[in-house]
Amino acid sequence: MALLELQDLTRTYRMGDADVHALAGVSLAVEAGEFVAVMGASGSGKSTLMNVLGCLDRPDSGRYHLDGTDVAQLTREQLASVRNRTLGFVFQSFNLLPRTRAVENVELPLLYAGVPAAERRRRARRALEQVGLGQRLDHTPSQLSGGQQQRVAIARALVNSPKLILADEPTGNLDTATSIEVMALLQSLGRTGMTVMLVTHEADIAAYAARSIVMRDGRVIADERRQPLLAVPGAVS
Amino acid sequence: MNLWALLRTALLALARNRLRSLLTALGIIIGVAAVIAMVSIGEGAKAQVEQTFSAMGTNLLVVRSGSSGFGGARGGAGSQPTLSWDDLRAIQTELPSVRYAAPELRTSASVISDEQNWTTRIAGVTADYLHIRNWSIARGHGLPDADQDAGAKVALLGQTVVDKLYGPYVDPIGQSIRIRNVPFEVIGVLASKGQSAFGEDYDDTVLVPVRVFADRLEGGLKAFIAGTIYVGAMPGVSTQRTERDITALLRDRHRIREGREDDFSVRNLEELASARQASTQTLTTLLAAIAAVSLLVGGIGVMNIMLVSVTERTREIGLRMAVGARPADILWQFLIEALVLALVGGVVGVVLGIGIAERLSASFSWPLLIRLDVVLYAVAVSAAVGVVFGLYPARRAAQLDPIEALRYE
Repeated sequence: MALLELQDLTRTYRMGDADVHALAGVSLAVEAGEFVAVMGASGSGKSTLMNVLGCLDRPDSGRYHLDGTDVAQLTREQLASVRNRTLGFVFQSFNLLPRTRAVENVELPLLYAGVPAAERRRRARRALEQVGLGQRLDHTPSQLSGGQQQRVAIARALVNSPKLILADEPTGNLDTATSIEVMALLQSLGRTGMTVMLVTHEADIAAYAARSIVMRDGRVIADERRQPLLAVPGAVS
Repeated sequence: MNLWALLRTALLALARNRLRSLLTALGIIIGVAAVIAMVSIGEGAKAQVEQTFSAMGTNLLVVRSGSSGFGGARGGAGSQPTLSWDDLRAIQTELPSVRYAAPELRTSASVISDEQNWTTRIAGVTADYLHIRNWSIARGHGLPDADQDAGAKVALLGQTVVDKLYGPYVDPIGQSIRIRNVPFEVIGVLASKGQSAFGEDYDDTVLVPVRVFADRLEGGLKAFIAGTIYVGAMPGVSTQRTERDITALLRDRHRIREGREDDFSVRNLEELASARQASTQTLTTLLAAIAAVSLLVGGIGVMNIMLVSVTERTREIGLRMAVGARPADILWQFLIEALVLALVGGVVGVVLGIGIAERLSASFSWPLLIRLDVVLYAVAVSAAVGVVFGLYPARRAAQLDPIEALRYE
């Protein structure tokens, strides 16, 4: 069974008088370990799709199986627990807690998982080492560069050993060289067996994914697999 | 999320906005300090009143000749003696609600020692009188019991009289004084009582046995008491009941028919005292109520800041939800933050309030009375303020939509 199975998902918002069909029947299956880029113009429904996939929003109709569970039926509390155990988020604007040390930022998901303090610290440290920030444990976000902040955010996303990492325009606030660093990191996560779904509107970022899905008007209009570009940090100056 | 982690998160958040946290807590600090200080002022005033009245005597009733009613042309209380020595004896022996009854005849006279003289109040009393008035002997011994040596010409001096006649260096015990040319031997000095509630110096007095007083200082013992009967009620018996018993007994003895008014008056000092205490109690309650209002204002300050804090940290809330915080986790986070703010304010307020109470009691020379229950109550109320005023902002935080919270600018 696939890690993600979506069948006829719909999601409609009311904006003023008009109904906006953000998702108008999306069906999709993603296997464990895939690296998928979701592309589309703004208003195409890709953000709504990511919100539903991330269990932050619930579809109006359709089925969504994540790791074998029908998450469309869960309560807010149960969704929080799914987000905590199965998902990891990376945002465009990093969303790190200000004036809080990197290691404490990374510990946050473990805090809500009820992991004991010593174990939290150990795992957060390991995650930061994994993203190459083993020397920056005690730095606060304001003492880190944009690329470093996004790496802290990635460490936070993977500290819970999630099945699926959702990255919403993770390179949107970064320059090209740093973007490649971040993509290399995400690709390396894919090699460890994590599934990565990436929202982007930049084709050259989507090129690092092995599968790319294009959305328009709430529907998937293209879904193709190809040989991904390998992100090599430092290759572009 | 366990309690320790929640507490740590709250403290970190408060530490991030140190000045703002301090100013918010200040509202609670002032409120709690005001409550503690005001209640202790009230308690001090109450204790002061209590002290004054207990100096007059405990369970004290005063019986005087003459009516206490209104209307008609009559003399005032005591102007026409109607209480006889037999009445006194009847009060002493027939009423189980009476513990002591003692006469007090008063006059003013010059007291002459070997070197000095001093005009003061002379009271003819019995040994029981000292019990009724809570008057102890500082030096020497008290008056002889009535059945022993009631005719002995002995005297007890108040502290003021001792100072005037002998000064600080001469021991008055055993000295001889003369009052209206009658020699008395000083056998004791009364413990100092200070001033009455009406400014009278209790210590400016000489006590002599009532029999000697009547025989030698006034023109002989008559059938009626030209003075006052002090009654000490039996402990555990209400003074109202004693008052009723005495009234019934005296009406019976004086053969006053139903419907006619008393030819004597019974005054219950306990009632007077409790009336005074009730008025100070009202004052205390009023002060505490005003202080409580400032605590309420402090609570509103907490709510205000928590609402600002929730708005400011909307993205943080969204992020926490995204990484797995349940609505309850967010609720607790903000609730505990408000609670910590209010509790810290409460504890600092208690310390400050006790400090203020100390200063005030020193300057009014009142006893310092910090009531532990008020302290605990103030801390509990400040915690409750934190919860009540923190709940609304915390609920707002917990009910945020994670998507909108994450997108919030």
